[in-house]
Amino acid sequence: MHHFIDRRSNPKGKSLGNRQRFLRRARENIKERVDRSVRGKSIQSGSGVPDEGEKVTIPTRGLKEPRFFHSSKGGLRRHVLPGNKDFVVGDTIKRPDGGAGEGGRKASEDGDGADEFSFTLTQEEYLEILFEGLELPDLVEKATVETETIGTRRAGLTTAGTPNNLNLVRTMRNSLGRRIALQRPTTKSQRDLEEQIAELEALEERSPPQEAFLAELRQKLEGILRKRKVVGYIDPLDLRYDTFVPEKIRNSRAVVFCLMDVSGSMQEREKDLAKRFFLLLHLFLERCYEHTELVFVRHTHHAQEVDEETFFYARETGGTIVSTALEKMKEIIEERYPPDEWNIYGAQASDGENFGNDSVRCKNLLLKDLLPVSQFYAYVEIVDEAAEMLLNNPEAGEDLWQNYREVKGQAQHFEMQRVSQPGHIYPIFREFFLPKVRGAQNAGS
Amino acid sequence: MQAAEKARKPLFDGPEWTFELMEKARDAIEKIALEDLGLDVYPNQIEIISAEQMLDAYSCVGLPLMYQHWSFGKHFARDEALYRTGRQGLAYEIVINSNPCISYNMEENTMAMQTLVMAHAAFGHNHFFKNNYLFQQWTDASGIHDYLAFAKNYIAACEERYGPCAVEEVLDAAHALQSQGVFRYGRPPKPTTEELVAMQKVRDGYESGQSVLDIWTDTTLGRDKLELVEDASFSARRKQMNLPQENVLYFLEKHSPALEAWQCEILRIVRMLAQYLYPQKQTKVMNEGCATFVHYYIINKLYEQGQITEGAFMEMMHSHTNVVLQPEFDDQRYSGINPYALGFAMMQDIRRICQDPTDEDREWFPDFAGDPDWRKVMRDAWANYRDESFIQQFLSPHLIRKFKLFTLTNDADLPNLVVSQIHNRAGYKAIRRDLAKQYDLAYLEPDIQVTDADLRGDRELKLTHTVRDGIHLDEEDQEEVLKHLRRLWGYDVSLDAVETACEN
Repeated sequence: MHHFIDRRSNPKGKSLGNRQRFLRRARENIKERVDRSVRGKSIQSGSGVPDEGEKVTIPTRGLKEPRFFHSSKGGLRRHVLPGNKDFVVGDTIKRPDGGAGEGGRKASEDGDGADEFSFTLTQEEYLEILFEGLELPDLVEKATVETETIGTRRAGLTTAGTPNNLNLVRTMRNSLGRRIALQRPTTKSQRDLEEQIAELEALEERSPPQEAFLAELRQKLEGILRKRKVVGYIDPLDLRYDTFVPEKIRNSRAVVFCLMDVSGSMQEREKDLAKRFFLLLHLFLERCYEHTELVFVRHTHHAQEVDEETFFYARETGGTIVSTALEKMKEIIEERYPPDEWNIYGAQASDGENFGNDSVRCKNLLLKDLLPVSQFYAYVEIVDEAAEMLLNNPEAGEDLWQNYREVKGQAQHFEMQRVSQPGHIYPIFREFFLPKVRGAQNAGS
Repeated sequence: MQAAEKARKPLFDGPEWTFELMEKARDAIEKIALEDLGLDVYPNQIEIISAEQMLDAYSCVGLPLMYQHWSFGKHFARDEALYRTGRQGLAYEIVINSNPCISYNMEENTMAMQTLVMAHAAFGHNHFFKNNYLFQQWTDASGIHDYLAFAKNYIAACEERYGPCAVEEVLDAAHALQSQGVFRYGRPPKPTTEELVAMQKVRDGYESGQSVLDIWTDTTLGRDKLELVEDASFSARRKQMNLPQENVLYFLEKHSPALEAWQCEILRIVRMLAQYLYPQKQTKVMNEGCATFVHYYIINKLYEQGQITEGAFMEMMHSHTNVVLQPEFDDQRYSGINPYALGFAMMQDIRRICQDPTDEDREWFPDFAGDPDWRKVMRDAWANYRDESFIQQFLSPHLIRKFKLFTLTNDADLPNLVVSQIHNRAGYKAIRRDLAKQYDLAYLEPDIQVTDADLRGDRELKLTHTVRDGIHLDEEDQEEVLKHLRRLWGYDVSLDAVETACEN
């Protein structure tokens, strides 16, 4: 007895459970590496985490599986080796460094010899670990903003319906059952009979018994034909239709507004930093909400909505009027994102320079129009690499910073931070989203 | 032979495989394997799997069903990383010692490779599993699937009941003692009927029947019996607890004061699997040698008979030569003696000694040099030896010269390594002995035994490591394992080293 079995379609993730156990075990090690990797990441394309996952290397500490085994040092041992060239008995060889000869069973036993252990996290795992411990601001809010849309759901079968909903399988099954039950003559039996009759009819002369047989056959055929007519192949009784019922589908949606200053002073470095921040925010929200949309608004002395490419890679020159971007955001919200259906997030990046007394206008726009409808608003100021002083002293700053500080004083769901290098982004991002006691002080609620 | 030389239409032409072609090839292989070589095999169940599934199978020590544990995930993660980056290929096959004998073939293989793999695994390994005495005596090929299914479910149920962390703790500890979880020399005492019943109850996990469980496990599994022993002397304990005991896991399972019934059962599972896999560890050279010899013989026969094309034959030979490559000690690729190379060479050599013996062979192997029935000699060898005894018995001077084997002595007391034997008349016997020892697990693995545990006294578990040739245990790992042991025992555990005289 021999046989072949095709197992290829079996579920693949047989090791998934083991993998999860392993990740759980290695969590701390991995988390450290993941945090470090995102800090040093350079962003080339739109997505920061490659679809195929993220390679991490972690120390084997904590992942060792100890066994009793012989030490590689000391004692007397003999090794048989192949490929003697010109040794004769009594020749001596310098002990290789480490003095272990080939006593290194440790390394071969389960590969633990290496100090580092590298493997690839899937994107999902990577993000999960990346965002572990972070939470979305105002989760309470999120539930109340969940929208209900109308969809349809299959709801069994009915006997009436439109032809496009005909369920063929069920219909044919009913038909077959009925035909068997009512003993509908098969096409074959009809054809056999017809053949026999044709055969007899083709004879030049027929003997009386043949005639009688022929008549009998004809009668039989008539019966079959009648019965086939009465018992239809498909009867209206057999028909079954799929039905659909309307259903309320709960889903929550989020939109992230990315507002960026692209005036002459925002160079590649500044944009890169801004991008890292937007990217993290986007990835994070994507995990929390079923749908996240991104709206890119850039501004100089006027603002416009653009696609991602233009947002990050085109540069303009001109003056800076920050409030234009906020007004644009307000406009877009009114047009397309009713706050009772959308979770609205704002993220703004700027180098902090603004025109004249426009910053007061920004403050008012935020307080009156934007913050009341937003879940969270984050302002990131990108300062010069050398601006240690600014980083260390939140009280110092230009006009815009000062005005925003006033905003922060009044709104809990407004956050502001300064960054000057990629390494700063992730920590401030974490700070923004670390669970805080915020209460339902959102002005909109 | 005449019929064979007639050119036939080849079984297949081209790289693509189909189930029809595989079946045809398997039939042709079977004919040669059974009628010509006289192999005796379990029914074959050949499964086609994808690369991903091969990776899965890899990480679970090649078993089709396995309980879940993070270390398998770790191995999976590493194998996968190596495979994806192209630093390590996948095995072409995995074969399981079971009845029916299950072997996995990868879908990526070409038809020629599938043919080679079938000859290798489904007939070579299969024959070895079924006939080698170690497998016959120590493993239950027809019961292993059920046992694995039981183990998987049992451990999953424990995770549910006691939490994954509690189960992981026991498994970690048991895995650390896996090498000390086998009986090397004798069978364990057979469980009595009551014990079997009790164990069944434990397995069924009657939480509600806790009281029943207590009665069974504590009295019939012999735990409380120890407490009743009036005479708590050392000799009485030795007798009572079968001391010294080399199977540490077994001892813990039976006598640990700290373990609950389900924890004992987990130890038992780990121990049973270690025991099941132990013969494979002892027969790497022979097992691979047997399979490689069988596939080599079969593909040559198929080619002679015109059943495979020259192209397919070349592809198989290419793969075959890669498998049996033995880099020399100073080659960058050298990583020890390749069991495929040594095993295959020894099998070929046995055939040569039968068919075309030299005077030297007649002197060294009077029993079978010139034996007209080399197939029978070979089958006897496969059936009755393990690596250590096989090398001790069959490694010929001819092969020692061919491999240019030499012995290097590493004495910590000396400043340098010394070449102590080379492939000359004076060295053959010593090299053979040294190489055989290199495959003797009883020598390779530390000899650690339970020597005492006074359950009426301080309850300290005393282990003894018998140090041979001055080779001690790796200290760092030793400490880690002892921590696990203390967790399982619940009281203090000590490990003493006892030196034996250096063997000359």
